[in-house]
Amino acid sequence: MCFLLRRLGHAAFLLLGVSVLAFAFSTLAPGNYFDEMRLNPQISAERLSALRADYQVDRPMAVRYGRWAVALLHGDLGFSFAYNTPVAPLLWTRARNTLLLTGTATALVWMLALPLGVWSAERRGRPADVALSWATAVLLIVPDLALALGLLVLAVRSGWLPTGGMVSVGFDGFSTGKKIRDVALHLVLPVTVLVASALPVLLRHVRAAVAEALEASFLRAAEGHGISRRRSLYRYALPAAAHPLIALFGFSLGTLLSGSLLVEVVMSWPGLGPFLLEAILARDLYVVIGGVLLSTLFLVAGNFAADLLLYWADPRIREEAPER
Amino acid sequence: MEPMIRVENLVKRYAGRGLGRRAAAFTAVDSVSFSILPGSTLALVGESGSGKSSVGLCLACLERLTSGQIWFDGHDVATLAERELRAVRPRLQMVFQDPATSLNPRWTVREIVAEPLLVQGRVANRERGVHAAQVLERVRLGAEYLERRPAELSGGQRQRVAIARALILEPKLLILDEVLSALDCSIQAQIANLLVELQRALGLAYLFITHDLKMAAHLADEIAVMSRGKIVEQGAAEEILRDARHAEMQNLLGATLVEREVIAVVRER
Repeated sequence: MCFLLRRLGHAAFLLLGVSVLAFAFSTLAPGNYFDEMRLNPQISAERLSALRADYQVDRPMAVRYGRWAVALLHGDLGFSFAYNTPVAPLLWTRARNTLLLTGTATALVWMLALPLGVWSAERRGRPADVALSWATAVLLIVPDLALALGLLVLAVRSGWLPTGGMVSVGFDGFSTGKKIRDVALHLVLPVTVLVASALPVLLRHVRAAVAEALEASFLRAAEGHGISRRRSLYRYALPAAAHPLIALFGFSLGTLLSGSLLVEVVMSWPGLGPFLLEAILARDLYVVIGGVLLSTLFLVAGNFAADLLLYWADPRIREEAPER
Repeated sequence: MEPMIRVENLVKRYAGRGLGRRAAAFTAVDSVSFSILPGSTLALVGESGSGKSSVGLCLACLERLTSGQIWFDGHDVATLAERELRAVRPRLQMVFQDPATSLNPRWTVREIVAEPLLVQGRVANRERGVHAAQVLERVRLGAEYLERRPAELSGGQRQRVAIARALILEPKLLILDEVLSALDCSIQAQIANLLVELQRALGLAYLFITHDLKMAAHLADEIAVMSRGKIVEQGAAEEILRDARHAEMQNLLGATLVEREVIAVVRER
């Protein structure tokens, strides 16, 4: 229990730190949203200073951080300069789209990596395993961006798959079945890129962890007692290999919001990626900070979930935690 | 007396691994033959890399041999299928060198020691704990150790747990692969004495694999010296120790004890 409380404390501290840093960096960067307006002859100097006062960009940073943090405690992420609406609903719509994309990709990656990794670890050193590690090495070398662009070219040439966005024109008029099909089709390309970029790393980790566990002589001993191959793989070796895998799983949960930004921009997926890029370029302060904070929240929550899983999976942590 | 186990012309060759590297096969054990009588100990002595551990793994049916026969319990176990081996395995158990890795670190001593019973599906759930406590008693560990995990035990205690785990299936032959070499000197002696005591009480046969001639001299009735996969010398322990002709023996003696000590060891027996 102590273990979990301590981890929760870490998480809170981390979030606080990130919020301060995100706020500081985006405020200290030269220029702000209203600077460009000075060049616009249609906006008068008085109007501009009224706007600046309105949005309080001329107050000292500490004051603004304090007001922002207090508002945050009430669930208010601030106000977008560009959209002229509260940040939270804006972020939420985009985050939902991102989660749909990354959730699908992450689930798929794990469903592929676990059985393939165990399979390959069991055959370590044999031709099938060697071939698989060459394949992952090749996949690892190809940059995500090149892969994304290549797939886009293929999609354009063949015309089989939509090349951008999340829905087709006239989506609102579709029946439910057709809507699902449409979104699924739009998902294919970005999900493929995300899976292809995450799979080799994950697969190698699973393989390495299971292979190491398979070398442990307690498995040899169990073999000597007459255990079956299948049971030794999934009931003995996999739990022994679970430590690094659970940490990785937490990490992949954590990157659900931040792991696909580039792919989203390239594939014009209406998620956080293009939205944040736009906000950064326009210095839409609170949108940027909100986005960073939300991503961090996911990262921290993912790691915390991993800690919970470890606590549940490893009796040693459960029992020794109070002393450590 | 009928031997407990008889090994004839055991050969173990490891294939080179990986694509296109098939050619680099390595012969770890080259035509090794020996037998062990019930209740007696054969020490298999040799430097690391001499193939003695491979012999142990083959005998424990953890590695398939390349050729040769292993006669045990009226079968040539080398020819048995995995399903038939399951019935033979309980009578032929192995204890590994390093108890830090041969015990599952996540389990309690109770789970570790009772696991073979679970795997063999022998004893009802509730009675397994009782069996575990009994066999712990045999290796001089109290029932208070049942709920501990390997990390909470000393090296000697862990090796006792490993021995208990091997004993719970009531084997006739124990393959002891360097079981003393991961332990401190004083603990080595304790475990060695425990092994002698267990052998007397249970009539076990031991294959004692070691690079330590002194321990071999202390425990073995017979000694076989291995070098580069072959047995280069074999015979009653006293004789082998008295006339250490072979260069391999000289090496091992140089590594473990000086000549005067050998004589002392021989006299003790």
